[in-house]
Amino acid sequence: MKIIVVGCGKIGEALLHTFVREGHDVVAMDNQDSVIQNLTNKYDVMCVCGNGADCETLEEAGVAEVDLLVAVTGSDEMNMLSCFLARRMGAKHTIARIRNPEYNDRSLSFMRQQLHLSMSINPELLAAQELYHMLKLPPGVKVEFFSRRMFEMIESKLKPGSPFCGIPLAELRNRHKANFLICVVQRNSQIIIPRGDFVLEPGDKIGLTAKPSEMNKLFKSMGITNRTARDVMLLGGSKTAFYLAKMLTSAGTNVKIIDTDRHVCRDLCDAIPAVSAIHGDGTHQELLLEEGLGDQDAFVALTGMDEENILVSFFATSQKVPKVIAKVNREEMAQLADQLGLDSIIRTKEIVNNVVLRYARALDSSKGSSIETLYQVMDGKAEALEFVVQQQSRVTGTALRDLAIKPNILIAGIVRERKTIIPSGEDMILPGDRVVVIAADQRLNALGDILK
Amino acid sequence: MNRKMVFYLLGRLILLEGALLVAPLLVSLVYHDLGTVPFLITIGICLGLGGALSLFCHTGDQVIFAKEGFIVTSLAWLAVSALGALPFVIAGEIPSYVDAFFETVSGFTTTGASILTDVEAMCHSMLFWRSFTHWMGGMGVLVLMVAIVPNLSGRTIHVLRAEMPGPTMGKLVPKLRDTARILYLLYMALTALEFVLLLLGGMPLFDSAVHALGTAGTGGFGIRGDSIGSYSAYEQWVIAVFMMLFGVNFNLYYLLLIRRFKPVFRSEEFWTYVCVVLAATGVITVNILPLYGNVAEATRHAFFQVNTVVSTTGFSTADFNLWPELSKAILVLLMFMGGCAGSTAGGLKVSRLVLLYKTTKRELRHLLHPRSVGVVRFEGKRVDNSVLVSVSTYFALYMGLFALFFFITSFQPGYDFTSNFTAVASCFNNIGPGLNLVGPAANFAGYTPLIKVVLSIAMLFGRLEIYPLLLSFSPSTWIKK
Repeated sequence: MKIIVVGCGKIGEALLHTFVREGHDVVAMDNQDSVIQNLTNKYDVMCVCGNGADCETLEEAGVAEVDLLVAVTGSDEMNMLSCFLARRMGAKHTIARIRNPEYNDRSLSFMRQQLHLSMSINPELLAAQELYHMLKLPPGVKVEFFSRRMFEMIESKLKPGSPFCGIPLAELRNRHKANFLICVVQRNSQIIIPRGDFVLEPGDKIGLTAKPSEMNKLFKSMGITNRTARDVMLLGGSKTAFYLAKMLTSAGTNVKIIDTDRHVCRDLCDAIPAVSAIHGDGTHQELLLEEGLGDQDAFVALTGMDEENILVSFFATSQKVPKVIAKVNREEMAQLADQLGLDSIIRTKEIVNNVVLRYARALDSSKGSSIETLYQVMDGKAEALEFVVQQQSRVTGTALRDLAIKPNILIAGIVRERKTIIPSGEDMILPGDRVVVIAADQRLNALGDILK
Repeated sequence: MNRKMVFYLLGRLILLEGALLVAPLLVSLVYHDLGTVPFLITIGICLGLGGALSLFCHTGDQVIFAKEGFIVTSLAWLAVSALGALPFVIAGEIPSYVDAFFETVSGFTTTGASILTDVEAMCHSMLFWRSFTHWMGGMGVLVLMVAIVPNLSGRTIHVLRAEMPGPTMGKLVPKLRDTARILYLLYMALTALEFVLLLLGGMPLFDSAVHALGTAGTGGFGIRGDSIGSYSAYEQWVIAVFMMLFGVNFNLYYLLLIRRFKPVFRSEEFWTYVCVVLAATGVITVNILPLYGNVAEATRHAFFQVNTVVSTTGFSTADFNLWPELSKAILVLLMFMGGCAGSTAGGLKVSRLVLLYKTTKRELRHLLHPRSVGVVRFEGKRVDNSVLVSVSTYFALYMGLFALFFFITSFQPGYDFTSNFTAVASCFNNIGPGLNLVGPAANFAGYTPLIKVVLSIAMLFGRLEIYPLLLSFSPSTWIKK
């Protein structure tokens, strides 16, 4: 597929990286010479320097034959204009980043329709949604939803002394009497799709699927206690903080936001009266302690600085705050923080990447079984995909154990008529099912790709 | 530095050379000449060496940076030249290895300067191999490697940038591999077209092939003592026009192919190139008219010689050494200009000269109006200051190296100033013939082995545009602090 990415900031670059890895023909567009120079050295893409909302520049990038244009410049208006023009000039699909809260209300769908946008993405809103879910879960656990929340996959790191360690998986499942499946394990940056005789070790990062109703039981047996957060402190009054605070306060949670800018604080108070906004520098430990950091159920660091977020999060952990989440943009920082022992990290880039990649993959795939959901899990080293089976094919109607499935692929779940099945060898896929597949080291476009 | 990756790429390239040597091997089988065994031996050496390097240096870490790109490029060119010289020595056609090395470097760098005193005595397969090196060296051996060897990382752009001539490198399509392929396909198509046109003009099959390959790479190895002089006027015109075409930026051909005409017709570099060629042809025609007495013949010789020099090919239809001083002066000046960036030609490149002219104009204006702010525009776009600085630096380096090579060459006993000066100019700019003792009717055989090595290095410096070799030869690249 031919793809143009307009605006090569943090998210733009992450998208470029993913698209190149997927093997697409990518044109990168940015108005800064130095950015372009850097990109040509790093990725196998064609670079065009210029304004993404300029017809001539778009023409130079070959917009007429393009399958997808993603506009992720810093300005919403620019993204909209760029997508609108591209669409008029022949681009087949367009995705714009629109993040101003003023556009993200009822007018959004009207605008999307008028501009012929295939999709609009709001990274901050997506991040806030993800954070909202994370706050409901036990610390150190990440969750992905499939099939309209009929099916969940959680990612968690095993601590020393966890009851999951030291027993073969087959026995583990019997012992806990819960219907779950450990579908992917990351051990020392190596991805393993485990079999029944696999033994988990402390330090392993596991991906576990189960029915949502079974999750709490599982957490208990894993020795993780969960308490819904009642008091949450947010550091930094960014757009993500705004969306998150709005969701949390409407659910009845007490939210405290600390920001260095008085105007930001005032605006937040104005928009969400239930929030208590604190004007001050949140990197000062005294201020945090004064505002009762120790009594909080959760702390989320959302400033624009990765370093600040990571360091303050460590301080919050040392103050025994049960849930600490840091927003980290740069991948290398996220890995460092992970190694240093920070449990929960949220990467905005990854979230946007998942959404756009899912869309691109679906465009690319043939009919018959389209991709419904796609998550990059285990730091992007494996993928969890949800397919809708629309018609009979080679995959359907045969027991799973008789299918010749490629290595490093696992059928993690089947949803049939609002019933979730954690599959065993006897189960089979039928038309109309939703199937969740875990794949390591390969890309799937359609369900048929899982066969050898 | 990622040494493993450097040697891995090198190994891959040597394997590729082994594969390409099959072409002259086939020629030797067809003509039953003495090239068969030497080519087989060389193929064996290439496969062994290349296989060992790419096997032992295979690494998971394929990340390379600009530095590795420069080093791979210079090592690659030294290696292919050193190995490509072997068949000549093994067959005994060129007994001295230094001579064979000079001949092969001259081939790969598309210079066309020869040490052969009697070309017509060479066997067919060796002559074919000489011209075939022109063809590969013209577009670049590493470009060819990127085009056909699978699973190279996207970072190989550093290698291509080091090999492709011109101040900046632009991709035609998003993927590097596809870009390299398009370039080679265009190159092959144009070569094939010339081959067919020469055949139609009645040139023998072997001669057409060799000359088409030599023109395409803007090389210039002939197979007759008087180069192209004894072929018909039609064949001379065909070669002259194609020399000019191969001196044009290949990106323009691609743009024509995808029907984007506007950038082509607005290309400053292209029109400067065309104007210079036509103006030089005009002046020389008038100047040499008394020698030939016939406008058609004078025009043909003038046009051919101007193009042979400007595209840095080096064929000749007339001994321009015997022409009036004005014509000789124009030809020597054109040697330094060369063709367009992104073509197979050598020299300083038209775009660099245009940029230098515009920079100078801006700087002079700046002296008169110290507060003035000037912007240099080229091909309809603003040129970044860093590009201008690098062009000026390149020019300074170019002049410095030229002086150095000229100084060393002057130690040669028995050669006059003009011969030495034009010999260096011709090698450094990858042209081929010079004036006087190295003129179109003479050759480079008289130089001592040391000077031949120096001139070979000058050719490599010229083809790779100085930086890769200069950086690879500097000790700080290799010594770990």
